[in-house]
Amino acid sequence: MTPASAPAPASARSILSSGLAAPKPIFDWFFALAALSVLAVGIRAIYFTPIEALQGAAQKIYYIHVPAALGAYIAVSITAMMSIVFLWLHDERADRAAEASAEVALLFLTVVLTTGPIWAHRIWGAWWVWWDMRLTFTLFLWFIVAAYLVLRDGIEDVAMRGRYGAVLAVLGALLIPFIHLSVYLFSARLHPMPVVLKPDKPSLPPEMLVTFVLSFVAFTLLCFALIRARYRIAVQRELVAAFEGDGGSR
Amino acid sequence: MSDGRAPGTIGAAWLVARKDLAIEFRTRTAFFSALVFAVLALCIFYFAWDESVVTPAQRAPGVLWVVLAFSALLGLQRSFSIEEHDRGIDALLVSPISREAIYLGKAIGNLLFLCAIQVIAIPALALFYNLPVGRPLLVVTGIVLLAMIGIVAIGTLFSAMAVNTRLAELLLPMLSLPFFVPILMNAAQATTRVLAERPLAESWPWLKILIGFDIVFVVACTLAFPFTLEE
Repeated sequence: MTPASAPAPASARSILSSGLAAPKPIFDWFFALAALSVLAVGIRAIYFTPIEALQGAAQKIYYIHVPAALGAYIAVSITAMMSIVFLWLHDERADRAAEASAEVALLFLTVVLTTGPIWAHRIWGAWWVWWDMRLTFTLFLWFIVAAYLVLRDGIEDVAMRGRYGAVLAVLGALLIPFIHLSVYLFSARLHPMPVVLKPDKPSLPPEMLVTFVLSFVAFTLLCFALIRARYRIAVQRELVAAFEGDGGSR
Repeated sequence: MSDGRAPGTIGAAWLVARKDLAIEFRTRTAFFSALVFAVLALCIFYFAWDESVVTPAQRAPGVLWVVLAFSALLGLQRSFSIEEHDRGIDALLVSPISREAIYLGKAIGNLLFLCAIQVIAIPALALFYNLPVGRPLLVVTGIVLLAMIGIVAIGTLFSAMAVNTRLAELLLPMLSLPFFVPILMNAAQATTRVLAERPLAESWPWLKILIGFDIVFVVACTLAFPFTLEE
């Protein structure tokens, strides 16, 4: 083992002994559970939840749109926090977690940005409304996360990739309040206001509320399951790279 | 330094800025290409709207900020790519100056470079779009300077990062533009109001965000810069 002062290049054995890498492909129970619960919530939302009186069936897109937004915010927060941890402790695991959650964040943000306009077209009469604060904000968040992933993709060196990615993620976290303030000044408040998390009691009928809460649970599960799965891929990739490195040196 | 002592942070930063500006002054290639691009884009955008619907004075703020952002990117791209020749960056790193000073020097050099372009581009905008010359244009120049500080702070850092990637110059716009969004949004809103000769108090909320952005990102990028260099 190399002295602990310099970040040691990950050797295949050290990764294996850390117990992170699964030696053989295994069935991902957590992901299966998450996928099943999303499916179940979808069925409940479509067949067993009443149709909203004013918006009609279009309102049911809430059961995907809002939980996906929550998942995206969770994933983005994990990326930002793990990046700070990486810059501070130089722990490779933090970097892997940051990268994994950024990819999941991009997926969830894409879902938000796809379902939003579909609903808006039906209810507002326009696919895209720039004056809507949260829509515009989410779009710029998407661009930052995309830039983060492209930057990482463009760097071969593992240590440098981690550092650059972390710097961009931390600056991106600083940028978010500024984008939020700018968009806030720029826009009218067109977005539906909270109906669940508000000072008085939730103004949803109980069946809808239950579906809504279940969909939050399901999407949060899915978010963590995907991050975990993506994290494992990162470990496996490093393992392959380390084995190739070992073979080359012999 | 004649007395053999290493200069302080500000002194060292100024030396780095002077070095970059001297290189640029001798070749002048980047300056002329960025300048011609800016003036050319000002002219081309003139024809992008129907004159009977939107008056030139109404579209001037939008044109100004689009042209400014892209000409800034042109200038920023070379900031660190000139150091790649003969690994000039290594010489900078072994010199007895702090990494923060290298960043600040690069940023000051870039700021002066971009200001030199604006000294010609803003009058050109006023000329082509028949803007009122006088106080409004002076205020706009002030807003441009505020925005430039933020753009340079972000752009200098990302320029240092982009040269080390496979994509090099291609990556800089993708990294920088999301960060330019609050700058451009607020600056354009303020410029629109100033050019319409509204009282300055009306632009103040936008300018406050701009000033806050400058302070936060000059500090953050200076602190982040050492992480982008090879250990």
